[in-house]
Amino acid sequence: MALVLNEEQRLLAETARDFLEQHAPVAALRALRDSRDASGYSQTLWQQMAELGWASVILPESHGGLEFGFTGLGVLLQETGRNLTASPLFATAVVGASAILLGGTEAQREEYLPQLAAGELTLALALEESHHHRPYHIATRAERNGDSLCLNGEKCFVLDGHSADLLLVVARTTGEPGDREGLSVVLVPRDSVGVDCQRTLMVDSRNAANIRFDNVTVPATAILGEPGAAGEWLDTVLDRGRVALAAEMLGSAEEVFARTVAWLKERVQFGVPIGSFQALQHRASRLQAELELARSVVLQALATVDDNPQQLALIASLAKAQLNELVKLATNEAVQLHGGIGVTDELEIGFFLKRARVTMQIFGDTGFHRDRYASLCGY
Amino acid sequence: MDDLDQFRGDTRQWLEANCPPSQRLPSTPEEQYWGGRRGEFASADSRLWFERMRDRGWTAPEWPTAYGGGGLTPQQGQVLKEEMKRIRARSPLYSLGLWMLGPALLEYGTEEQKQKHLRAIVNGEVRWCQGYSEPGAGSDLASLQTRADDKGDHFLVSGSKIWTTAADKSDWIFCLVRTDTTVKKQEGISFLLIDMASPGVSTTPIALISGESEFCQTFFDNVEVPGENLVGGLNKGWSVAKALLVHERKLMAEMGSESPRQEVPPVHAARDYLEFVDGRIANSQLRSDLVSFEMRMHAIALTHMRGFEERANGQQSTVGLCMKYLGTEAVKDKSELLLAIMGSRGLGWEAPGFTPEELDTTRLWAGSKAMTIAGGTTEVQLNVIARNILQLPQPPKAATES
Repeated sequence: MALVLNEEQRLLAETARDFLEQHAPVAALRALRDSRDASGYSQTLWQQMAELGWASVILPESHGGLEFGFTGLGVLLQETGRNLTASPLFATAVVGASAILLGGTEAQREEYLPQLAAGELTLALALEESHHHRPYHIATRAERNGDSLCLNGEKCFVLDGHSADLLLVVARTTGEPGDREGLSVVLVPRDSVGVDCQRTLMVDSRNAANIRFDNVTVPATAILGEPGAAGEWLDTVLDRGRVALAAEMLGSAEEVFARTVAWLKERVQFGVPIGSFQALQHRASRLQAELELARSVVLQALATVDDNPQQLALIASLAKAQLNELVKLATNEAVQLHGGIGVTDELEIGFFLKRARVTMQIFGDTGFHRDRYASLCGY
Repeated sequence: MDDLDQFRGDTRQWLEANCPPSQRLPSTPEEQYWGGRRGEFASADSRLWFERMRDRGWTAPEWPTAYGGGGLTPQQGQVLKEEMKRIRARSPLYSLGLWMLGPALLEYGTEEQKQKHLRAIVNGEVRWCQGYSEPGAGSDLASLQTRADDKGDHFLVSGSKIWTTAADKSDWIFCLVRTDTTVKKQEGISFLLIDMASPGVSTTPIALISGESEFCQTFFDNVEVPGENLVGGLNKGWSVAKALLVHERKLMAEMGSESPRQEVPPVHAARDYLEFVDGRIANSQLRSDLVSFEMRMHAIALTHMRGFEERANGQQSTVGLCMKYLGTEAVKDKSELLLAIMGSRGLGWEAPGFTPEELDTTRLWAGSKAMTIAGGTTEVQLNVIARNILQLPQPPKAATES
């Protein structure tokens, strides 16, 4: 049964919920924002998460992982979504770990994964080169020069780009922007000479960066897996990221909806709770039905990563598109149904609204995924 | 091999041997067997298939054998459904008695009522229809006015019921009637079984925008109904009705997900009626509408599955209450999409000039408008979600719906 959680997963959810409520509630994100924290997340928190095994939740036991699978990971992400917890979990433990796992050589896996599992190595995928997700429109070049590679290009919207230890740079070794062939993922330490990293302060108060690579030199062995072959597995890494993100977005949507329903019961106008008005009830009920759909899609997508990876592309696009639309609706409705207090910074609803807009752009907006789903179905 | 595997094996074998090939094709409405005194089989195969299933009690697989049912456990019943679906076996008997009245009688009926009515339903001898709504009582069902005056050994019934599906072809009707006008409206309602052959009962078909007239208005003019036909006790009809509504909504949600009749799948229609350029639908709006619809149906199918898994797992599921709303709205969306894809070819009313499938599409489009009205409107469903799942406070001075 893919669509119900097992005992182990339910237990993991409870542990995660308790831990995050105590150590990383929405108030923690507000504090990071207001103090203009340099790293954008709490190093102590990340160490604690690693000790709980979260950094390695999807890694095989042979590489020091928990091997809980994506459904286990999804349970954690739903809880971080609920609390808007800022941490390297997504960029490092999902996207970075998947890239090394799926694209790396055995030697690379042995070198990086145990460090990652211990919380000693953070990663960032430097992919995007324009303001819309276009994973194959890569102009950044990695040119072979004897035993080394020379990297030139510009990346944007690099999640955790200003804080990660190691950048996974999607670069072109041959071909032209738009080609699936000729892509390589190059491992570049962020402190390398020629890396110009500019943190971008974004609406969600989380981490992203624009990064320029100006004649950055790394050893030729710094390519993940076979040179020019990243196109074969990059899509799967991105799909895993999309599914994981969908789980996080589901958690956020559930939380913002729960807060909205609670407000409808609490707020009194015209002498009655506003939740007794049918105009508002119907808006809430429609959202409840959309949430039911989203839960099914996310659970199925998580299970597909583990059990049926050849079907992943279609369900990943379904999940990302579905959740894009859900978080947009849920956060807009949350603000409107809260009324005046909904647009104040004092209330945390605004944090959900802002985070939603960022997650909607990561690894493909709704248009991108509808187009992909239609193409996969042959129309 | 456990017992259930054994049962699956036996069932598969039996179905292979006994379900005629012609009964493994999708059925048109005309080919469905509804039973009753005036029931007719569309073919000899249809009769054979019905009789074989009936003899095993498998027209009502999970009902007790004492009443003619199959006596299967819910798990076995599910296996039978799956195995029938596997070979696309048709339902041998379509019946409101099976789907709605039967479950209510099993829960609320007296032993005499069960003996008298259940076997006749299983055997397809009696066709039932439903008498709930009235001209003045639609969504506000509890305000119904059809009176049943208690005359000791019988009731005297007067009034009229509307949207009585196929009343002109049915033998009996189960009705909600007013037996007390002095109390809160829900507390003065009783559930009564009425023989349509009784003097004073008459029906008139209602022509619909789809061109069909499957619904009737049914009139009762001082109809004498024996006291033994009261189900669930005097003035206790509302509880029976609510239990029955759950069955009706589940049924409608399932119809929504299965897509009624042989409607063309929208993706197939797109291939037949739209221009493709480089493997893509050229009209970007229609392509976008089509993919949005397909993705939503994908999500709805997964949600049906989740609801089933949750129940099988013994968990409480909140999915069911949303499915009538989601399923029936999707049916309407599908019809609108098909019309848009077919352009003017989706607008034919009669031959010549249109294929039978095209004409069906037009009629089904008109018919789909009833899906979000019958069995509780979308708006009533949203009220139910607000109250039962979200537990929002009742509206001020609200009428109560179920």
